Amino acid sequence: MQDELKLLGGAMVTLALATSALVVVPHVQLRNTEPPAALKPYTAQQLRGRQVYIENGCVYCHSQQPRDKSQAPDDQRGWGRASVAADYYYDTPHLLGTMRTGPDLFNIGARQPSADWHLGHMYQPRAYVPGSIMPSYPYLFDVKDAAEPGDRVVNLPPGFKPAGKVVVAKPEVLDLVAYLQGLDHTYPVLPAPKAKGGQHVAK
Amino acid sequence: MDTVTILLSSFILSVTGLLVFIWSLRHRLFDSSSAAANVIFSPGEVGHGEEPAATPQQRAGLAQPVPGEARREPDAAEQAALEQELAERVQADRSSAFVTFVFLACSVVWLLVATAAGLTSSIKLHEPDWLVQYPWLTFGRIRTIHLNAVAYGWAPMAALGIAIWLLPRLLKTNLVGGRFAIFGAMLWNAGLIAGLGCIAAGISDGMEWLEIPWQVDVLLVAGGALVGLPLVYTLQSRKVHHLYVSIWYMGAALFWFPILFLIGNLPAVHFGVQQAAMNWWFGHNVLGLFYTPMAVASVYYFLPKIIGRPVQSYNLSLLGFWTLAFFYGQVGGHHLIGGPVPGWLITLSIVQSVMMVIPVISFSINQHMTMRGHFSKLLHSPTLRFIVLGGMMYTLSSIQGSIEALRSVNTVAHFTHFTVAHAHLGLYGFFSMVMFGAIYFVMPRVMAWEWPYPKLIAWHFWLVVLGFSIYFVGLTIGGWLQGLAMLDAARPFMESVEVTIPWLKSRSVGGAIMTIGHLVFAWHFTAMALRYGPRRVGAALLHTGGGSAAPSSNLAEA
Repeated sequence: MQDELKLLGGAMVTLALATSALVVVPHVQLRNTEPPAALKPYTAQQLRGRQVYIENGCVYCHSQQPRDKSQAPDDQRGWGRASVAADYYYDTPHLLGTMRTGPDLFNIGARQPSADWHLGHMYQPRAYVPGSIMPSYPYLFDVKDAAEPGDRVVNLPPGFKPAGKVVVAKPEVLDLVAYLQGLDHTYPVLPAPKAKGGQHVAK
Repeated sequence: MDTVTILLSSFILSVTGLLVFIWSLRHRLFDSSSAAANVIFSPGEVGHGEEPAATPQQRAGLAQPVPGEARREPDAAEQAALEQELAERVQADRSSAFVTFVFLACSVVWLLVATAAGLTSSIKLHEPDWLVQYPWLTFGRIRTIHLNAVAYGWAPMAALGIAIWLLPRLLKTNLVGGRFAIFGAMLWNAGLIAGLGCIAAGISDGMEWLEIPWQVDVLLVAGGALVGLPLVYTLQSRKVHHLYVSIWYMGAALFWFPILFLIGNLPAVHFGVQQAAMNWWFGHNVLGLFYTPMAVASVYYFLPKIIGRPVQSYNLSLLGFWTLAFFYGQVGGHHLIGGPVPGWLITLSIVQSVMMVIPVISFSINQHMTMRGHFSKLLHSPTLRFIVLGGMMYTLSSIQGSIEALRSVNTVAHFTHFTVAHAHLGLYGFFSMVMFGAIYFVMPRVMAWEWPYPKLIAWHFWLVVLGFSIYFVGLTIGGWLQGLAMLDAARPFMESVEVTIPWLKSRSVGGAIMTIGHLVFAWHFTAMALRYGPRRVGAALLHTGGGSAAPSSNLAEA
């Protein structure tokens, strides 16, 4: 090959094809997706909590995309029905994730609504789930001698409480728990009229 | 839009485009194949390998003729032409030396940063209460620092350093505009330091591979564009007729990457599930359209150069290039199999992932046919070992990737450590190995100095081979068991965690051994840069034909 213009022209054509297939056409196809009626926008606190989720890289161990029951037993684990594009209407950036070092969290709010559980679990995961390899997040909590007015004291199982101290949740972790409690996509999704969600919609 | 129409039309477009290109190049393809493959050799040079990292003993071993080798001593006219060309090559090497050194030195520093972050994250996965007091050391951040230090530090710095060094040689001219590249490297590194700082502080765009905030990405884009300038200028002042195969790969990759990075980081365009599709279009194309072609370009230069034999089939390399360009760009969707994205997108990506077998097989056959009869040279060349092993890992990781994209396999492997092991086979087993080999080749020319402790090259090689084998095999097994446990509804989720623990520990052991290998490499690199160690036979000379005098230091020429 002697012609660099031919080389670059060809290289750009191939990239343009790939870009239209994976970026432009999905954009056009999904642009007009409407949110399901039962899906509520995030509250300001939940959005702050979502930011805490991003800051601490939760997405690298937790997916938010249950698979269809024909492919994997995700629903039997309580992770919920297969998700569709409309479920992510309010999600920017997307947090679909690619790892399940921990369980899928798309419906964690429905599965585990208790704020006490979440706070304690964030302070020390092994207090609730023996053998868990999730990191503990001591920096999201204050350990004090006594609670002050307005403090959210974390109720920990016996044996995990620092002796003679109280563990108080910082605002970030309260936001994060509000976000997790809001992750509830258990509403039914009817088959979309224009096959928005691809092969899983009809299930 | 109708699913089948989109799928069919894009597929037909791909194949038509491919045929058009092969057709348009065809008439030049067959008459010029051997001439084009010979462009990296001077007249009379075929049969004489170049291996700057070898000791005198290894060099003697390399010089032993192998059966069927087409070697003859150049006649007087050829000898004169050869002397002339070698002198020009020394000049070309000199023109790129300082710029190359800056890039490679940065790459070594980022390699150490990335290694430390990677080993820390690995240990944290089985010691979850270790170093948890500091937010920046939490798994979600240190793991991301590891990825970004590799993806935007070690890998591009090494690849660009090698590209800047190769271009003047391949185009038989001097590097033009090296200052832009230096300035670009400064901007790029400043951007990367800021980006890693942001991630450590929790400021992140939130998407895998695209975590660095887009405001900081501006620095990387500007830096990358400046690095591109000398490549364009040098290409314009080329003195060769044929563009060697390495040039296609590097040239295309250097134009692909900025576009990928720009589209991937456009703020406020992508949303929801479409953003996920874009995310993996980017994530996979950084591997496929930047790191892979850069490393393949290096293999296509260094392998023939070291053994002194032109690439077996120029046609195969042409086919390999265009099929890679067509198919690789569309494979990213296989990261979302089973996800909430349009079904046609997944199907398209699976099809193109399987089509990737074509470029991979054509590369592998070409490499094997070129090496055939010359495998004994592996005993004598420390550089060749890295390059050939890296090339083999390319074949393995790509075939594994094609299989992994199949729906039935993906159902088990997706969401598990199996994918992590696969990613490391590509970026470490293939890319990093080739880059190690290339750096060992290039540095003696850059510094006009021999590697001070040749044994350390062997130590580096065997340490990383051993460490990485433990890493890859263990994590692959662990990931597969994890996937099987997760698919069995009768087993609680925690079983899929427990089953991985021994393998996660073995990964840390392997990673620690790799870390020692990297420390050996970095120390050796530093020793060479500072001219430590015993002077063996003096500054590295071109040992082909007549010995042209090499400058005492190439760095002073920048």
